[in-house]
Amino acid sequence: MEKPLTQHINSLSIPLTLKEYQKVGGYAGVRKALKEMTPGEVTGMVKASNLLGRGGAGFPTGTKWSLVPMDQDQGAKYLVCNADEMEPGTFKDRYLLEGNPHQLIAGMIIAAYAIQAGTAYIFLRWAYKKAEAILRDAIAEAYEAGLLGKNILGTGYDLEMNIHSSAGRYICGEETALLNSLEGKRATPRTKPPFPAISGLFGRPTVVNNVETLCWISHIVENGTDWFKGLSLTETGGTKLFGVSGKVKRPGLWELPLGTTVREILEEHAGGMLEGHGFRGLLPGGASTDFLIEEHLDIEMDFQTVAKAGSRMGTGTMIILDDKTCPVAFLHNIERFFALESCGFCTPCREGLPWVEKILLAIESGNGRMEHLDILRFQTKYLAPGNTFCAHAPGAAEPLQSGLNYFHDDFVSHINKKKCPWKS
Amino acid sequence: MLSEEEKKEILKEVKQYPYPSAACIDALKIVQGHRGWVSDEAVKDIAQFLDISNEDVDGVATFYSRIYRKPVGRNVILLCDGVSCMILGYESIYEHISKKLQISYGQTTPDNRYTLLPISCLGDCDHAPSMMINNDHYNHLTLETADNIIDNYK
Repeated sequence: MEKPLTQHINSLSIPLTLKEYQKVGGYAGVRKALKEMTPGEVTGMVKASNLLGRGGAGFPTGTKWSLVPMDQDQGAKYLVCNADEMEPGTFKDRYLLEGNPHQLIAGMIIAAYAIQAGTAYIFLRWAYKKAEAILRDAIAEAYEAGLLGKNILGTGYDLEMNIHSSAGRYICGEETALLNSLEGKRATPRTKPPFPAISGLFGRPTVVNNVETLCWISHIVENGTDWFKGLSLTETGGTKLFGVSGKVKRPGLWELPLGTTVREILEEHAGGMLEGHGFRGLLPGGASTDFLIEEHLDIEMDFQTVAKAGSRMGTGTMIILDDKTCPVAFLHNIERFFALESCGFCTPCREGLPWVEKILLAIESGNGRMEHLDILRFQTKYLAPGNTFCAHAPGAAEPLQSGLNYFHDDFVSHINKKKCPWKS
Repeated sequence: MLSEEEKKEILKEVKQYPYPSAACIDALKIVQGHRGWVSDEAVKDIAQFLDISNEDVDGVATFYSRIYRKPVGRNVILLCDGVSCMILGYESIYEHISKKLQISYGQTTPDNRYTLLPISCLGDCDHAPSMMINNDHYNHLTLETADNIIDNYK
C-alpha cells in the first residue's frame, strides 16, 4: 500500500534535509511544474485529480485555485498555508510539518506558481515550536538551493516564503479570520463574498490551503491524476492521515486510503478499546463533527460516506468516547472550548455557546432540569448554518445535537439522580 | 519605550508585510518575549512605532490568548484541557498541580516562579494528557512525572 505523504517520515520524526529529500525524488514536481507546465496546466491537473481540501471542509482544491484572476494586469497575489491546527483531537498537520517540511514547501511552491503568487505565508500555530524551528531551517535551505527567492531554478518565477507564528485562538483556522490575523488584526471572520480568491490578504487575490492538502501537490504533479485517484478505495482520490485518541490500546496516526472503514481504523490500527473499556461513540474528525456510534462502524471514511451517516469526516482524527467517560462531561468540555474560542463578533455564537456551556455544567453537576434538554435542542437549531456569521457555532452544534440524540438516557439519568452517575 | 533590540526585531518582521501595522501581533509577541507580558505602556509604544491607534493595538492584544496583559511568573505552565486530555484524566493532574503550587488557573505563585493556565488542545492527543511549560511540550503525564517536570523549572 502506497503512503506518499508519510513515506519519508521516520519513527523519530527527524526530517530529511533538502539534499536527502532530493535524493529520494523530492522537488521533482517543482521542476516539472515550473519548467514544463503553464500555471493553468497545473491548476487543471489538480482540478482533474479531484483533490479535496484536507483541512476539514473538503472543498475541491483545483476549483479554489481556478477562482483566482489570471489576467495580465497583476498586482500582488498570495498563497497561505493554514497550519493553525487547533481542532480538539487533531494532530495530523503537526506530524507532516515536523516530519517532512520540504514536502510542504515543494507543494507550496507549485501552488503559488499555479496562481502566480509572489509571496507565500505559513500561518503556524504558536504552540508548534518544534515545527517552527524545523520549517525555518527548511525554508533557509530552499532559499540557498535557489528553490525560493528570485528566478527559481532559472525559470524567471519569483517567490518569497514567510512564517507567521500565531498568538493563539482557534478561530484563526477559519480562512477569512486567518487573513485578518495575518494583517495584524483581531481574527474575526469576514463576509463572503468576496471570496479570498478575489479579495483576500491585504485585499489581493489569495488562496488558503491546509498543510495536508498542500503536501499532496508535488506528488500529484509528478505522478498524475490517475495515480492519485487509484490511491483511495472510494471515488475521491488519495490517502488520508487518520488519527485516533481516547481510551484505545494504540492511540496514533496512520496514512490509509480514503474509504478505509471506521472499524478498521479503530480496531486494527488503534488496537481496539483499552482493557475494561467499552465503546460508546466517536467524533470522526475533531470536536466539531457529529457523533457516530456502533451502527456506523462499517462506514467508509470519506467526505460523502461520513456525510451520509449524518456527520462529517472533518480532519479525520477521531476522538473515542468510552463507557468510563461521562458523555455529558465530554460534551461540556467541548462546548466550553467553543464558547471560549468564539470570536464574539456575532450574537448567536457569543451568547448561545456560553448558554449551552452553563446548561451542560448544570446537568453534569446535578442541577439539571428536563426543560434544559429543550433549551439545548433549541440552541442546536439557533446555532445552525445560516444563523451565524461563520461555521464556528454550527460546528459546536454538531456534537451537541447528535450527543443529545444518542445519549439521551444519560442526560435523563443525570437529571433524575441529581448527580453525574460516573462520579461516586 | 521600546528597546533598540525590540525595535530591531519588530522591523525585521515588518519587512515580510506590505505595511507596518500588519506586524502588530509579531510586535506584541516580541515585546512579551523580552518582558514576559505586555503592559499598557508597551501597547502605546507599539502603537506609536507601527502607526496604529492605541485602541487597535489593545484590541488585538486582548483578543489573542497567548498575549498576556498581566504579569506572569518566570515559568508559565499551560495544562491542556482539551477533550482527549479530559478522557485521559487531566483534571486530576490539575488538582495535583494546583495543590502542590497552591494556585489555581490564572494565578501566579508568590515567589513569581510559576503561573498556571489552561490551554486548548495542544495537538498531542495521541500522547495525552499533555502540558507545555514555556516552550516545551510534555506528554503522557502522571501525577509523579508532572511533579518532576515542574520542579525542574526554577
